[in-house]
Amino acid sequence: MFPRLVYESFRHQARRKVLAGIAITLGVAVATAMIAVATNIGDKINHELRSYGANLIVTPQEDTLDVQVGGVNLKPPSDGAFLNEADLPKIRGTFWHNNIIGFSPMLPVTVKIGEGSNAKDVTLLGTYFNKPLSFGKEEFTTGVRITHPWWKVLCGDAKESPSCSWPADDSNDVLLGERLAAKLNQKAGDMLEIAGRRFNISGVLSTGGPEDDEIVAPLALAQQILGKPGAVRRVYVSALTKPQDSFAVRDPKTMSPEVYDRWYCSPYAQSIAYQLQEAILHSHAEQIRQVAQNEGTVLSRIKGLMLLVTLAALFASALAVSAAMATAIFERRVEVGLMKALGASSFAVSVIFFAEALLLALVGGIAGFSAGALLARQIGHSIFNSQISIEPVLFPVILAVAVLVTFAGSAAAISRAVKFDPVFALRGEE
Amino acid sequence: MFLRMLFRAAILRRGRAAAALLAMIVAAAVATAMMNLYVDVQAKLRGEFRNYGANIVIVAKDGQSLPANALTKVESALGAKTLADPFSYAVARTKDGQSVVVVGTDFARARQLNPWWKVIEYFDARLIPSKGWVPPKTALIGVRAAPIVSPDRQPFELSFHDRTITLEPGGSLQTGADEDSRIYLDQSEFQSWTGVVPSTIEVSANGTAAEVEASIHQLAQLLPAADIRPIRQIMEGEANVLNKTRATLYASATLIVLTSALCVLATLIGWVFDRRRDFAIMKALGASERLINGFFAAEAAVLGVVGGILGFFVGIGVAAWIGRANFHAPVVPRFSVFPYILIGSMIVALVSAILPIALLRRVQPAIILRGE
Repeated sequence: MFPRLVYESFRHQARRKVLAGIAITLGVAVATAMIAVATNIGDKINHELRSYGANLIVTPQEDTLDVQVGGVNLKPPSDGAFLNEADLPKIRGTFWHNNIIGFSPMLPVTVKIGEGSNAKDVTLLGTYFNKPLSFGKEEFTTGVRITHPWWKVLCGDAKESPSCSWPADDSNDVLLGERLAAKLNQKAGDMLEIAGRRFNISGVLSTGGPEDDEIVAPLALAQQILGKPGAVRRVYVSALTKPQDSFAVRDPKTMSPEVYDRWYCSPYAQSIAYQLQEAILHSHAEQIRQVAQNEGTVLSRIKGLMLLVTLAALFASALAVSAAMATAIFERRVEVGLMKALGASSFAVSVIFFAEALLLALVGGIAGFSAGALLARQIGHSIFNSQISIEPVLFPVILAVAVLVTFAGSAAAISRAVKFDPVFALRGEE
Repeated sequence: MFLRMLFRAAILRRGRAAAALLAMIVAAAVATAMMNLYVDVQAKLRGEFRNYGANIVIVAKDGQSLPANALTKVESALGAKTLADPFSYAVARTKDGQSVVVVGTDFARARQLNPWWKVIEYFDARLIPSKGWVPPKTALIGVRAAPIVSPDRQPFELSFHDRTITLEPGGSLQTGADEDSRIYLDQSEFQSWTGVVPSTIEVSANGTAAEVEASIHQLAQLLPAADIRPIRQIMEGEANVLNKTRATLYASATLIVLTSALCVLATLIGWVFDRRRDFAIMKALGASERLINGFFAAEAAVLGVVGGILGFFVGIGVAAWIGRANFHAPVVPRFSVFPYILIGSMIVALVSAILPIALLRRVQPAIILRGE
């Protein structure tokens, strides 16, 4: 009898059920999509924040002072300590290697260009552009094209074109800083004489920073000119980090072993720096505060914003579902009156309504969850160019919330409908 | 008569009318809050991005120096909200012949411009009232320079072109970048020692990318002797993150507004359908189609206007709360979105009234009244 009552109700009042079902589906879809976006936005924005460049720097432990002003390096070339290039792939062997987006070694060398009285000192910066490396079985590429995404290669007339390109890491091609190129009146495709050798200029580099006054070359080339194979002055590392809190800034030396493990296994900028120091011999790793200190604030603001917007979305969907359910039940007063006149108890009537609501909530919840997942994927694709993953654990949660909200929305209407005097209901009065 | 019908209808069916109005209010409130946030949050986030420091740098062209009044010019041209900080550089030698870069700047400005600079003051900051970091006549020493120039916080000597100065260390500076190897002095002190005037001004200009671009143009006209460049690292990073956030917010806002609108539609359609008896009686009593349409349309319009107005104010409240909770600053109410909310509410209400009427029109009043 009971299943039949519910079944017939769905068969004969298809329009109303569809309307209520659509409302639930929509509400659940928006809620699912928003929750998925809100839980993923931290990761996505963290990735986008990497467009500010490296947030960690590794320098030799016993280094002398840098004497650099406005892109001109006054430090004697062989002075100070160096890191060993061969150690760099070990960065991929650190605990948080998956969080390390990329790294770029730098080796500034002072060279003379021009002849006779026109000769002047210019910094030649050796680095990786997009260098293929391997650590163990893992193959990866890294370099300034990953860690310094705002660097652009132009052709000298401020337009990008296919004939000017990034030099290959194993070539003898160099990039000329934008302002240096203007001063020397040289452009892509010209030859440049440095230290008695001629190099092809593959493009003009625009960075908006001191590199605009420098020559940027493959690392191997800078090492040859300096006469120190394998030498690296500093390494920029771009890593995904967790915003700093009071735990992050504690000194690992004073921690108990358990606390130390917890600190070591959290992707703080500090703990990643500590691990970099372990990976590279005789090095000192530190966060670049301009980038590292600010990303936490920006990240928490954006996360907080999306959380609040998601709350607003959940609230709106809950209200929408409740309103739809209330309407659907209110329309059926006559039916309630008839059932009660035939001797049904208030409890029996409520059970029928709740069973119907449950069915609607489940169907709407499943449909809404799938639609919401699709929506989230679409948002991830079109905005962040990457997948927004939906935790499977979200499915039962969403379904439970959908049932709960549908019940809550129906409860008031059901209790009113049940209390209604059957005589009035059947006479058609209100 | 017409007005009376309108009001009696609402009063007699208080519950249903209230439910429809509530749905309208919620939808309008959510739409208002989202529109307010969408506009305001971008400005708020831009403010946050200014913590990354300067986005424009003014450098004297080769062999020239910036005019003495350059800083005043920059500040008066760009307004009070802009932060500008002059820097002058010199390479000095320590007692044992080590080269070190010494920078003259304005500490009070540098502190505002570069909030990420980590300064440890050697003196008790509470005892020395100072707008900058360190008391006058002392130097801020980069953490890498400190062990070399002043290992035990003793006064140290620096010489520049045979002119020697004795400085007292006032604090240490840590940034993780070039600043760590340098020594910072107050500009006037630096200038009286070296005679070097500022060669660089770093400017943090607030505003959209186009506004910053306009500022650069303005500065270029103002200071023809200088090279004015955007700091691309900061500008492009900001543009990238801001664009993604804006797009996400836009998608979310569209979704939420759409859901609310559709739910209002569903609620109102239910309401109008529910009143097919009224419709049938009016028709049976000889009301013209135009009158009936007009009646339901007027009802919907009143609902839309009332719901829109109430929802607008609720929405402003919600937006203000979100602004306060997340950015610790209220979102400024934007009354410019009011007409859109009002028109949107009315359109949704009208559509949801006219759609069921168009369906009912084809049905004979007798059939509705018989209850079939």
